[in-house]
Amino acid sequence: MAFVSSDTPVTQTLSARAVKILVAGGFGVGKTTMVGSVSEIRPLRTEEMISELSSGVDDMSGIEGKTTTTVAMDFGRITINPDLILYLFGTPGQERFWFMWDELAYEALGAVVLADTRRLESCFAAVDFFERRKIPFIIAVNCFDNTPVYESDEVGEALGIDKAIPTMMCDVRKRDSSKQVLITLLEYLITLTVPATESAKESSPIQ
Amino acid sequence: MKVENEFWFDEDAGPLVRPYAVARGRTRPTRHDLEMTTLVVAVSADRHVDVDREYAHIIGMSRRPLSIAEVSAKLNLPLAVVKVLLSDLIDWGLIIFRSPPRTSDVPRTELLQAVLDGIRKL
Repeated sequence: MAFVSSDTPVTQTLSARAVKILVAGGFGVGKTTMVGSVSEIRPLRTEEMISELSSGVDDMSGIEGKTTTTVAMDFGRITINPDLILYLFGTPGQERFWFMWDELAYEALGAVVLADTRRLESCFAAVDFFERRKIPFIIAVNCFDNTPVYESDEVGEALGIDKAIPTMMCDVRKRDSSKQVLITLLEYLITLTVPATESAKESSPIQ
Repeated sequence: MKVENEFWFDEDAGPLVRPYAVARGRTRPTRHDLEMTTLVVAVSADRHVDVDREYAHIIGMSRRPLSIAEVSAKLNLPLAVVKVLLSDLIDWGLIIFRSPPRTSDVPRTELLQAVLDGIRKL
């Protein structure tokens, strides 16, 4: 048993709400670095247990059942105002597990897919995931030292994504650059709300 | 969670035992509307509350709003376990919570604009 000291007055009501943005991409592309460069706290780590059906592949032939894996994820926090907190979640490295983590994507405002032009294919899975779940995303190419320089539209073309999706260069070690990535994402998300409002008006004409 | 066909040996059993012992074997919270970005805050208590250590720890850290993900990180317990503990605290009236805004219940542009303004000020 433990006692909770009650000498500090605490809140009676809770007016604040939290929203989230996901930062995805291949292993070692800089997801946690980006989260850390803009977060007001040192990135924290949370874990979830994900269950998957093992189908008897590899050397497990004949054994079928449910296996549970712990998936870890780093995240940061930005207090937008006293009533609004933004959380930035870096998706876990093991793609095949976070793809089964429904809650991760649920109600996310949008996502940043970090790409590394030296191994562009490592972000294909993330692009696929967000396209399938209809979560709006932008591509941010993290420019490592000695990275071959491409135009951002070349990267978009190579990924075969919709031309309307912003692609940009960044250096996630720099706070201003990570900030610019988030600004680009939010500006893009705002442009997406406009046609949605217009089509809603069309579908329910005022009688 | 189905446990009938699962066998744990040696280190496989280790990391799982403590979290689920803390939650007294429960893997599902009584409330299903808790998400990792649900915010929680301790309710003002002008009395000493007699609760187990993990619960007291949560109350102690929730004097200002925290997300369930933050509680999980600070307690070093998986989200599923933390949701069970928070669910108890909510049932006992010691913690209040607020779910993240739904896509449907907030003017989307206004919310996005507020986030954008906040990031620009960083």
